[in-house]
Amino acid sequence: MNFDRITEKLEILADAAKYDVSCSSSGAKRNNQKKGLGNSTGMGICHSYTEDGRCVSLLKILLTNHCIYDCAYCVTRKSNDIKRAAFTVQEVVDLTINFYRRNYIEGLFLSSGIFKDADFTMERLVLVAKKLRLEENFNGYIHLKSIPGASDELMKEAGLYADRLSINLELPTEKGLKLLAPDKNREDMIKPMNYVKNEIILFKEEKKLFRNTPKFAPAGQSTQLIIGATQENDLEIIQTADSFYKNYQLKRVYYSGYVPIADDARLPSLQSKVPMVRENRLYQADWLMRFYGFKADEILDPNLPFLDLDVDPKLSWALRNQQIFPIDIQKADFEMILRVPGIGVKSAWKIIEARRFSQLNENHLKKLGVALNRAKYFITYGIHFGNLKFLNSSNLKQFILGNTKSKYQDQYNAQLALF
Amino acid sequence: MNILLYDHTFEGFLTAVFEAYEFKLKQVKIVKEALQTEQLFAQTRKVFTQAPKAERVYQKLKSLIGDLGLHRMLYTFLSEDEDIETHLWAVVQYALDHPQRKIIQDFSHPSVLKLSQYEQMVHREKHRMEAFVRFRLTLDGIYYAEIEPDFNVLPVIAKHFKDRYQDQKWMIFDHKRTYGIYYDLHKVELVEMKFANHLNKQEGLEMLVKDEKLYQHLWQTYFKKTTIQARKNSRLHIQHVPKRYWKYLTEKFVV
Repeated sequence: MNFDRITEKLEILADAAKYDVSCSSSGAKRNNQKKGLGNSTGMGICHSYTEDGRCVSLLKILLTNHCIYDCAYCVTRKSNDIKRAAFTVQEVVDLTINFYRRNYIEGLFLSSGIFKDADFTMERLVLVAKKLRLEENFNGYIHLKSIPGASDELMKEAGLYADRLSINLELPTEKGLKLLAPDKNREDMIKPMNYVKNEIILFKEEKKLFRNTPKFAPAGQSTQLIIGATQENDLEIIQTADSFYKNYQLKRVYYSGYVPIADDARLPSLQSKVPMVRENRLYQADWLMRFYGFKADEILDPNLPFLDLDVDPKLSWALRNQQIFPIDIQKADFEMILRVPGIGVKSAWKIIEARRFSQLNENHLKKLGVALNRAKYFITYGIHFGNLKFLNSSNLKQFILGNTKSKYQDQYNAQLALF
Repeated sequence: MNILLYDHTFEGFLTAVFEAYEFKLKQVKIVKEALQTEQLFAQTRKVFTQAPKAERVYQKLKSLIGDLGLHRMLYTFLSEDEDIETHLWAVVQYALDHPQRKIIQDFSHPSVLKLSQYEQMVHREKHRMEAFVRFRLTLDGIYYAEIEPDFNVLPVIAKHFKDRYQDQKWMIFDHKRTYGIYYDLHKVELVEMKFANHLNKQEGLEMLVKDEKLYQHLWQTYFKKTTIQARKNSRLHIQHVPKRYWKYLTEKFVV
């Protein structure tokens, strides 16, 4: 192996892949049989974190950064004057195996620029996965980025060897896509997604009849949306995500705040900041839909189509629906307890368990991990409680913010911190 | 007060529990032998670990608090905190006094809650060690890693690595507790070593295969290139990868 050349390729092709935010390595159970390498329990492991704080669990690289497309938001776009490189199939296999053996990674996330055409590129991605599984007896995680427009036959093969497949929708609306990626069309992205969804359903059916049905993309599909490159509002984004969760049974939708990379009149200027807070709020809203039973149209209403940047969307919802509160922590059902700001899924379960034994009080909740500085305005313990007098106050938001320190505070506080 | 001194093992602790009931002792405190301090007005007795006694307590507890409860007790134990015996003993008494109740779910009881918190702490450390172990291939063909975890997690991470790396020999050594686990392609064994080589130091490097340094370098390259500079957030980085682990993390030391 020529290490200098490999190092150079890795520099280029890791650098180009870093804007894809998907890092999950969970959801696929793949047992190590016959003394092979690797074992996936279904639980993901972050082996490290980059200096920007994102999880590193997979070797995330492009096969090549040569590309026939010219999408404005993408570093790899055809018209960009950058160094180009391409790994061979065997090089990617060797890197993956050697990193995995040293416990650096959970597996591989392989994406690619498009050389020649969709199928030509997709075929090579599938070949990497196939070699890893069949020749190396590798049971780690493999996430392949499907190429828009790839044929059904290749998607089928991809699903047999990969744990997860994804196609990035790139932009939340079709209008945005037309503007920034004129060569791409949404139909090409959705068609393979639909095919994979149907294959997964088929697999589940067959699995009931034949125990040995080969696995098909056991960790499902995901996608990514770039936020803030075009003008769409948060409601449109959440509705897009919601419809993909429902219609394509996606496991995850990732939101990626646009990092300015090109000087292009269609894009935000190079000086504009990455919209980190907005991205964070979108993830919170996403969690509300996936784990807290919120519907997309509860989180935002058409008159206020942007998420509040000051407070998280759950608190924001509670402030808009004060008439529902306070709820009695001793009697309320699980769904309602989940809706109290400051109470997460785990502490909600603990409350349900613990209240069978005792009348809960503030002290109990604190120990169970409830964020009382927010929760206290929305709950009772079956007895009178002092904080509730604020509940009907129009300043409730200020009271709560007064007791909370946001980690993003310095980003929307323009005042200089001198002391 | 009756102070029971035991030998730092889980079995020893269970034996102490057995004897506390066997001799109908009142006001019991179970203490690790080395931490013994002279106390006025206290009766001190030494517990000799006996497997059959420990086994009986284990089975009894299993019927009362289930696998979940025992799991919590074991994880609490691995935390090596000075205070654990007090909480473990309190939970054992609570369980025996209320055989009809599922006491392990009663988070309003301070010691029951404490156990679940210990479990969480140790579990986090276990998970971190599964993540942060970095193997280096030595000339003997063994993938070797060193760690210094806050809690004694080697016993609970062995299975993870055994399942995962079935076709390579590996060893993970805990510098703080000077013992390791070694997998020889068939089974995992405990290895005690008084003086292990710190491979991070320059003199350890000749024990590694030629390519090892290159793969470390490739990993560091990858780690560097995957950061988005416009989003740099050192506080968050350190929160996720606490500095005390850095000295054994390939991506964090100079090759």
